[in-house]
Amino acid sequence: MMIRVVLPAHLRKLAQVDGEVKLDVEDQVTQRSVLDALEARYPMLRGTIRDQVTQKRRAFVRFFACGQDLSHELPDAPLPDAVATGAEPFMVVGAIAGG
Amino acid sequence: MSKVRVLVGTRKGAFVLESDGKRERWDISGPHFAGWEIYHMKGSPADPNRLYASQSSGWFGQIIQRSDDGGKTWHQPGTPPGEPTTTPDGMPKAESNKFVYDTSPETGKPLTTHQWYDGTPHPWEFKRVWHLEPSLNDPDTVYAGVEDAALFRSTDGGKTWQELPGLRGHGTGPKWQPGAGGMCLHTIILDRSNPNRIFIAISAAGAFRTDDAGTTWRPVNRGLHSLYIPDPTAEVGHCVHRIALHPSRPRVLFMQKHWDVMRSDDAGESWQEVSGNLPTDFGFPIDVHAHEPDTIYVVPIKSDAEHFPPDGKLRVYRSRTGGNEWEALTKGLPQNDCYVNVLRDAMAVDSLDPCGVYFGTTGGQVYASANSGNNWAPIVRDLPAVVSVEVQTLP
Repeated sequence: MMIRVVLPAHLRKLAQVDGEVKLDVEDQVTQRSVLDALEARYPMLRGTIRDQVTQKRRAFVRFFACGQDLSHELPDAPLPDAVATGAEPFMVVGAIAGG
Repeated sequence: MSKVRVLVGTRKGAFVLESDGKRERWDISGPHFAGWEIYHMKGSPADPNRLYASQSSGWFGQIIQRSDDGGKTWHQPGTPPGEPTTTPDGMPKAESNKFVYDTSPETGKPLTTHQWYDGTPHPWEFKRVWHLEPSLNDPDTVYAGVEDAALFRSTDGGKTWQELPGLRGHGTGPKWQPGAGGMCLHTIILDRSNPNRIFIAISAAGAFRTDDAGTTWRPVNRGLHSLYIPDPTAEVGHCVHRIALHPSRPRVLFMQKHWDVMRSDDAGESWQEVSGNLPTDFGFPIDVHAHEPDTIYVVPIKSDAEHFPPDGKLRVYRSRTGGNEWEALTKGLPQNDCYVNVLRDAMAVDSLDPCGVYFGTTGGQVYASANSGNNWAPIVRDLPAVVSVEVQTLP
């Protein structure tokens, strides 16, 4: 499946990409499989979205798709069909903060 | 003619300031890593084009960056731009951001907790790299002081990092506690005369020394007196802000503590206060003149509650007697309505003659003196808040 991922600006720059990232995910499309594919393609992002050791989502990072907040879904829960088919992107979002 | 390169880490990116030996006109490049906090950048003494930078973010964690061309281009070690990001068998190459505390039974006494602010046990959690100290003779070896306090080392140019667990495991770790900025290992001093000796300092634990290249450690805090801990003369718990030494006299250490400026003449075995006539002995950085081992610099700050210069006057204080007798250096520095701070890693010296002294402020100014502090002028005035300043003297 070709999955579309939208990264925040800092991570796009770190990964040296413009716009959306397209990833081929062979397994069931879940947070874990998408992020695994993302980090395999762009290893410089390892540790920036999930902790390198615990694999937990970093506190100031959220996951949105199809108008829903998926941040607190289980990592192995299937993502919406629209994400799995590539109709909608999986969005990695940094928390809004000043400073 | 010699050149000077000043590496400036700020809250919103890194800047590289370069000048010839006159140190009058400066070229400024940056921001590198715009929008990220750059706690520290430092060049290798063995290869001045090899620079290391700690790039971090409350959102996205810790990144290690490396330059092999003096700061013109940067890459994450193990992931050079344009090269495949995985090995031929598909394994990711970039481990350079991975700092994992050593909990293996083989390496001694893995710790699970230090003290939290309220004195309760708290597990070690990696947050960021505060200080990078390249080896004196190998560009690929570099030490990292991290929060929560621990010492890591890379011997492959920053691609992978391993903890030196003897520091956390020597026995006092459960008594360490965070300062207001976090429980950070912020100072790493390598002894040029003894490759097995390293000094480090932690807020708020104190100073520590190894004499076997990092395998075993012990606290070296005798003589420190801190009223903000239950036992003011305890073996550990002191909020050491910075330590400095002159390479030609490695047994003489100077310390800016939370309060008190201190001196040791026996490699940290004992300390004496040398605050003398300072207007306040609170502050963060301390540094030593490149050619005069008894000439030292501090920037007095009003108090731990008011992190700005007393009376709104930004004054560097210099002692030419190794402490106790201090003179205010004010020429070129703002002497009214100045309320910036100078953080612990934000002062450095070059090795030209006369010695150049540099410091950065939380107001975004980087000040330089090309005559040992007699006169000052800003190199830049409006950077983001400056966290760190390092200087390279180049041929």
